[in-house]
Amino acid sequence: MLIRRTFVLGALGLVAAAVASPSVHAQSGSNSTLVIATTQVPRHFNGAVQSGMATALPTAQIFASPLRYDESWKPQPYLAQSWEVAPDGLSVTLHLVKDAVFHDGHPVTSEDVAFSIMAIKANHPFQTMLAAVDKVEAPDPATAVIRLTHPAPSLLLAMSPALMPILPKHIYGDGQDLKTHPANLKPIGSGPFKLIEYKQGEYYTLEKFDKFFLAGRPKLDRIVVRLVSDQNAALVSMERGDVQALPFVAGVRDIDRLQKAPNVTVTDKGFAGVGPLNWLAFNTKKKPLDDLRVRQAIAYAANRDFIVSKLMGGKAAPSLGPIAPDSPLAEAGVEPFKVDYAKSAALLDAAGYPKGADGSRFALTIDYIPGGDEQQRNVAEYLRSQLKRVGINLEVRAAPDFPTWAQRVSNYDFDLTMDTVYNWGDPVIGVNRTYLSSNIRKGIIWSNTQQYSNPKVDELLQAAAVETSPEKRKALYSEFQKIVVQDVPIYFINVTPYYNAFSKGLGGLPTSIWGMMAPLDEMYWATPPKT
Amino acid sequence: MALAAHLARQIVNAAALLLAVLVLNFCLIHLAPGDPVQVIAGEMGGASADVIAALRAKYGLDHSLTEQLAIYLRNVAAGDFGYSYYFNEPVLGLILMRLPATLYLALCALVSALAIGTLLGVVSARRPNGMFSHAVTVFSLAGYAAPIFWTGLMLLLLFGSVWPILPVVGMADVVHPKRGFAYVLDVAQHLVLPSLTLALVFIAQYSRLARVNMIDALSADYVRTARAKGLPEWIVIGKHALRNTLIPIVTVAGHQFGNLFAGAVLVETVFSWPGMGRLVFDSILRRDYPTLMAVLFFSALMVMTANILTDIVYRLIDPRIRTARR
Repeated sequence: MLIRRTFVLGALGLVAAAVASPSVHAQSGSNSTLVIATTQVPRHFNGAVQSGMATALPTAQIFASPLRYDESWKPQPYLAQSWEVAPDGLSVTLHLVKDAVFHDGHPVTSEDVAFSIMAIKANHPFQTMLAAVDKVEAPDPATAVIRLTHPAPSLLLAMSPALMPILPKHIYGDGQDLKTHPANLKPIGSGPFKLIEYKQGEYYTLEKFDKFFLAGRPKLDRIVVRLVSDQNAALVSMERGDVQALPFVAGVRDIDRLQKAPNVTVTDKGFAGVGPLNWLAFNTKKKPLDDLRVRQAIAYAANRDFIVSKLMGGKAAPSLGPIAPDSPLAEAGVEPFKVDYAKSAALLDAAGYPKGADGSRFALTIDYIPGGDEQQRNVAEYLRSQLKRVGINLEVRAAPDFPTWAQRVSNYDFDLTMDTVYNWGDPVIGVNRTYLSSNIRKGIIWSNTQQYSNPKVDELLQAAAVETSPEKRKALYSEFQKIVVQDVPIYFINVTPYYNAFSKGLGGLPTSIWGMMAPLDEMYWATPPKT
Repeated sequence: MALAAHLARQIVNAAALLLAVLVLNFCLIHLAPGDPVQVIAGEMGGASADVIAALRAKYGLDHSLTEQLAIYLRNVAAGDFGYSYYFNEPVLGLILMRLPATLYLALCALVSALAIGTLLGVVSARRPNGMFSHAVTVFSLAGYAAPIFWTGLMLLLLFGSVWPILPVVGMADVVHPKRGFAYVLDVAQHLVLPSLTLALVFIAQYSRLARVNMIDALSADYVRTARAKGLPEWIVIGKHALRNTLIPIVTVAGHQFGNLFAGAVLVETVFSWPGMGRLVFDSILRRDYPTLMAVLFFSALMVMTANILTDIVYRLIDPRIRTARR
């Protein structure tokens, strides 16, 4: 009897739930609430000790940083209302705004800036980013002087919200390990929004900080970030208007679908700082790929135009070199390899790999990062048919998951691999690691796993890292790019097509170089959603 | 008394099995290629050998595998399931936070599958060659054959996009949080699609099972006797035939708890249900050994608990088992 009653109740419950209140559209936020959906789960909210988009998005809202950047790579005042770089390039002086306070009411002083910079230097994953910083002095509460061991033109970019959150020393300076500090989950910053709730696996809620030091900002009252585990559910929610912003959309078909949705604006602006590049990497120490002619032959047989226009549906920009094309340091004049099968075959012949009786020269394997088929697996499969045309048998080798792939590639157990690596704004932060011979470090993924070594490249990168004249610096990087493209440790394919989707009623969209990893204090509802 | 002794024996068996599960999980997970420290180092965009060594030492990965296993078993015995490499939190807290949502989803799906499946089976058994019966058969075959995540995606598109009447993300409205009864209704609405997805495959099985057993029961002597006594049809079916029909269903349902749990993990990913699904997925991808091992341990624990409970329920609805083993 009891069992039967339970059945009936259970069934009734389901039916009742199904018919109850059909209007789920009414969920969309109040006029000044923005709901963001993302598949990127933050492990915590302290960008001082953690890189990546998942943490950078909330960190840029919760913490302020010395500078911020506009769409044309120009530094803008933020916590620092002005700054000077010493003529010898060996110090940077920051003049802080006077009225900035942390969410708990403590004023932001140069002590906090000094503490944060040294903490980031010691803990942040990007070890090259603040390598030049020797110490930070705080002569008065509103002045911080960063002393450098050598000039570091990349330092200004490193002061962006995505990379340099200013932490409250009175909370983090208690001697606990910063990577596991309890405050990382209950952060106190001086940024435009406060974290008021974090429900792991579900959502986090940011609320307007009414003592934020920029008058009239932020314009939104609340940001709710929903952690969605399935991209399809995120897309449906965006189309329905349940969420009003969907950042970091990378799938070509997903982008296509959102572009067709009537109430959605889709933009590829806001990723210049990230500079995500998709490429084919070579194991330059392994035969026959240790021969430059073989690598060039492969580059001549691969067809970047086809990959970009067909496989990526024209949604991705081609990438011709190691610096992302949106960067002011990118060299437009690098000579790309145009498809030329005859040249490719001639190079292979010259390298001593003539066609055998069966028409093939040799066999290679290609790996790819599992999970992003459009950028990775499809390109690998396509390259197989391309290389077949010049007599190279390519075997596509799947890895069940990222750690397996990473283990193979970082231990040099590969011939060719597809890979995606980010520039992170300045070459010193995100580019050098791939090409410096000092960064050939077995077992570490996204180091110089190609084992590419060219003394001239090392020299150029080291010189550019400390060059204070922007023109000379650009010239050094220009030469570097030309050499790398000709040496082919990597065949550059495309910029990973990242897009942000927003509801049409939103204004002040984040289109600066850091996009959603910058403060969203200018966003507002031009046409508020119906509630 | 006999039940208590039986239970005690079951629990001792389960404990031994759990120990085996712990050891086996540990070995299996450590056999997989890929190294958590490499994943962490990768996220760092390249780390130095010192940092790698420090990470290994911090997570105890610098010991030999047998030492690691010994340390792990000792810690688990003390109730310490370790520290998640990824979330930098004690694993136990992570799991206890996610477990209720998964259990809730699984139980709702189980209850509705049992209810709907049995009902469909019983009704179709009354006219085994009727239209309704054939429809149920076709539905069961389709429901059983379709992969859970596919069913989930189809329901998501149907009720989320084509006919957008149900929420598709999460467990509750987080923008306008509800209180009291409104909250219960809100959660119930969010529960419809995930629990329906999960229930469908089990409805298919239970309806087949109920149909076959009901057809058997309806032709049995005791049903004929009951009818001959002039009992109303609903008592004949509801009290006499159904009881015997339920026994195999309860057995199967109990033993399928593992499948149900695995299905819940898939469904959670499709509908962003804040249970263990995402946790399992992320832990595998990041080789977050402590989290993964704890999730597997708790899954095993739940399956065993479900089996013991099944045994008890089984004894309650079928008195013959109680007497037979005395």
